[in-house]
Amino acid sequence: MSSSLPATSDLGEGLAAVPRPALGPWARAGRKLVSDRVAMGALGLFILIVLACLAAPLYATYVAHTDPFTSNVEGSITIDGQDVDLIQPSTEGLGLGSVPLGPTWDIHNYFLGADGQGRDVAARILYGGRNSLLIGGTSTAICLFLAALTGLVSGFFGGVTDMLISRLLDVLWAFPIYLLAISLSIVLISHGFTIGPFEITSGSLWLPIWIIAIVYVPYVARPIRGQVLALKESEFVLAAKGLGVPDWRILWRDILPNVMTTIIVFVPLMVAVNMLTESALSFLSIGVQAPDASWGTIIQDGQDLIYTRPWVAIAPGIAIVLTVLALNILGDGLRDALDPRAKLRIR
Amino acid sequence: MPSSTPASASPEAKAPLLEVRDLRVSFRTERGLLQAVGGISFRVDTHEIVGVVGESGSGKTVSQMSVMGLINDPNAVIEGSILYKGRELVGLSQRQLRSVRGNEIAMIFQDPMTALTPVYTIGWQIAEQLRAHNRLSSGAARKRGIELLAEVGIPNPSVTFDRYPHQLSGGMRQRAFIAMALSCNPSLLIADEPTTALDVTVQAQILELIKRLRRDFGSSIVLITHDLGVVAEVADRVMVMYAGRIVERGTTREIFADPWHPYSWGLHDSIPPMVGARPRRLPSILGSPPSLLDLPPGCAFSPRCPHRFSRCTERPALAGAGDHEAACFLSPEQRGQALAARRRPLKEAS
Amino acid sequence: MVSLLIRRFAQMIFVMLGISILVFLIFFATPGADPASRIAGRNASPEVLAAVRASFGLDRPLPIQYAVMMRRLFIDQDLTSFVNRGEVVVPEVMGAAPVTLSLVMGAAVFWIFGSIAIGLVAAATKGSFLDRLLMVLGLIGISMPVYWLGEIVNLITQKELHDTWLFSWVPQLGYTALTEDPWLWFKSLLLPWITLAILYIGLYGRVLRASLVEAGQEDYIRTARSKGLSESRILIRHALRTSLIAFVTLFGLDFGALVGGSALLTEVVFALHGVGRLTYQALLDLDLPVIMATVMYASFFVVFANALVDILYAILDPRVRLA
Repeated sequence: MSSSLPATSDLGEGLAAVPRPALGPWARAGRKLVSDRVAMGALGLFILIVLACLAAPLYATYVAHTDPFTSNVEGSITIDGQDVDLIQPSTEGLGLGSVPLGPTWDIHNYFLGADGQGRDVAARILYGGRNSLLIGGTSTAICLFLAALTGLVSGFFGGVTDMLISRLLDVLWAFPIYLLAISLSIVLISHGFTIGPFEITSGSLWLPIWIIAIVYVPYVARPIRGQVLALKESEFVLAAKGLGVPDWRILWRDILPNVMTTIIVFVPLMVAVNMLTESALSFLSIGVQAPDASWGTIIQDGQDLIYTRPWVAIAPGIAIVLTVLALNILGDGLRDALDPRAKLRIR
Repeated sequence: MPSSTPASASPEAKAPLLEVRDLRVSFRTERGLLQAVGGISFRVDTHEIVGVVGESGSGKTVSQMSVMGLINDPNAVIEGSILYKGRELVGLSQRQLRSVRGNEIAMIFQDPMTALTPVYTIGWQIAEQLRAHNRLSSGAARKRGIELLAEVGIPNPSVTFDRYPHQLSGGMRQRAFIAMALSCNPSLLIADEPTTALDVTVQAQILELIKRLRRDFGSSIVLITHDLGVVAEVADRVMVMYAGRIVERGTTREIFADPWHPYSWGLHDSIPPMVGARPRRLPSILGSPPSLLDLPPGCAFSPRCPHRFSRCTERPALAGAGDHEAACFLSPEQRGQALAARRRPLKEAS
Repeated sequence: MVSLLIRRFAQMIFVMLGISILVFLIFFATPGADPASRIAGRNASPEVLAAVRASFGLDRPLPIQYAVMMRRLFIDQDLTSFVNRGEVVVPEVMGAAPVTLSLVMGAAVFWIFGSIAIGLVAAATKGSFLDRLLMVLGLIGISMPVYWLGEIVNLITQKELHDTWLFSWVPQLGYTALTEDPWLWFKSLLLPWITLAILYIGLYGRVLRASLVEAGQEDYIRTARSKGLSESRILIRHALRTSLIAFVTLFGLDFGALVGGSALLTEVVFALHGVGRLTYQALLDLDLPVIMATVMYASFFVVFANALVDILYAILDPRVRLA
């Protein structure tokens, strides 16, 4: 009958170390994202689209042998050994007017046909994609930077700063987005933008980039500000303040990393939104200006041809849908990986 | 200590209201099978209050939620037998369970603020439960609801009937919740930490109410709590849970006057004493509860038990005399020695 | 409640003031060119430019210019377009409003019912194939540019399949007033309604599903279940009712924006002469007076909708109403 109590040194053995997971939250999120096959598929699709658009000059020069930017109304191409005019007389209705060549479905030769100016639609779509993606990406970067800045400053410092910034954002946001973008666009595009030595010409891509970026700042800044407000009251921030850590350090080391998840989830979503906005602006002729092209401008080109040569308008739209869809799916996956309980609005 | 009502001689009265046999609840997770409840058996008789004590993660809530089939997780695996009035509840379809829920067995939750739908009035929610199980007109339901609110001690019940949850104080909310739970005269009430979210003074009132429920409504109550004081005040019998298992059970008197399990000793020691010399430090149990994914073989408490010995690598079954049982291999003599050893350092310090 | 209303109203006035200043600054103060030439439109003669300068007081300081503009827009209401000579702007905008309202309200009916149905079904069958299918369809709906979808709808219904029984009822593109010919009004608007609604059904369906699923984790849902209520009752009476609060507020904001003119893409594609299309036409012509008027009125609609939404929020959520 053993009645001895174990010596205190024995107690240590019994308290087995609880195995701790070796991964930090970022690594864990990364792993979860990578294992999400649908999101990875969407990412793959997006990368494919980007690569295809980047390869536009290669396609135009080596595969299709066309110049998608020069008007080619008089030109003709060879199909099956026969010369075919790019712009042909219309056979519909009264037989007046002319209609461009329809899709040849030949990847080497005006795959999707010609547009109203005899240009190769397929090559234009690839080139247009570069602009659409560029504008979408750059405006997202600028927008998120500005929104993070305003959200952080406004949320953290509170008081008058917060009130002023919030009111300004309210006013900005009260404009229906398209109308604000339209107003800014027509004013700036008709005459360009000069402030001191700093000038942006009216045809520059920087105009739509900045306009779209600014228009969406309130949309992103608001949730960030909300999150900062909540974080400000959290215990680790109060503890840091109590220890006398200077404000900027708290912002940089305590608050910003937590806000990063929100920002990261916004990236694909905002690129998608911005691309849609850019395409709408370009469709209305106040986004990308000729001679540049974007998917929206090509749809505009195709508007007059919609009943005769529908592919000119349909194809760039499909490109937009695929890209935006891929980005949205990726955004969903990111959100699930980083914060399954996030309350972000899905747009 | 409340006295238990004398058992009647007829065999029907002795049949337990609720009898749980070898209940096992596990959850499939990415990291393996998590054993929340590792095979427990207990019974609740009519007209009695049973306290279930344990810390977070002990399985006390999961075990009682599975009685009502409220574990909604598709990854949950529930095995064993739960007999209510002789009827097997494990494996019933949702539709069959619905006639039991709210009607025969009702549940009270910890935080009445989040447990009541914020957009409907108290009265609407009580009437909803009444009309889910009884054919009542809305007028009759309203009348009954107001009666119930009065019975649980709410002043101005007809006014309160039309208030929203956020408009009431914590104590009133919990009373209203209890009224709602009682609306269909359930025979069994499961109360999950009903006083934890309330002030101490309000706690006392709610506990009084709970005692009255047994007397005036004839319900049996399972009271889940981590607070030994609550249990001492109200329960007839107590079961102590740890890591998904019952480690000790008995009448309240037995558990408090003569606890057998080292975990129970730890719990009792951590209560500041009301009499005697003031201890320099409150004793606590070293270590932390085991991960439910990776339970040690044998006694779940042994890694933290200062009294463990070679036999503890086997899982102990509940053993003892009559109602008082403990899942521990310490013999009565060993127990005595262990208790004496525990008391000594405290005496020396004072 | 009354104090809430007063506060909201004051806020509304403040924001509208801010918008008017912002609009003014955009059109009169952006560096780069002479506001007079902007207002008069392209290729204006020197006499027209001088007239513009005089009537808008462009040689006076900015705040005076602002005051003049506001007076002409709201009090005198005599702002005329410089491109469509003599066309008085304010009545033109008010005449276009019923078209936009018809379009947006009809679409709203579709999108409310559609998204609630989708959200409920998806949340109720969470994780199933149907749920995933609905969510994917919703995603596709969000990813389509609305004007492109409209073009395709037109292509199919006006041209390709126009002669089939399926779409032979589709009238020419354009709008007929409800008072003139209700049946034609309906037929011309049906396809624009559906086109506009698709985007929002996708969006709101997904949002609703997410918030229903989230509500399902709440304690009060567990209580409802413990009361023995049926799953469908729990979903609709408890989860949906609470989720509707956020849903309705989002809806109000989008509705306001659409009525204010965000529906312009749909209007352009379907040749409906609403406020949006008016704005578009004006910008193609660089007709600044019309643009200024439409933007101002659009923003007012939005701000008004914002305020309305806040009030609605208070009505729907007793916690806010009776704080």
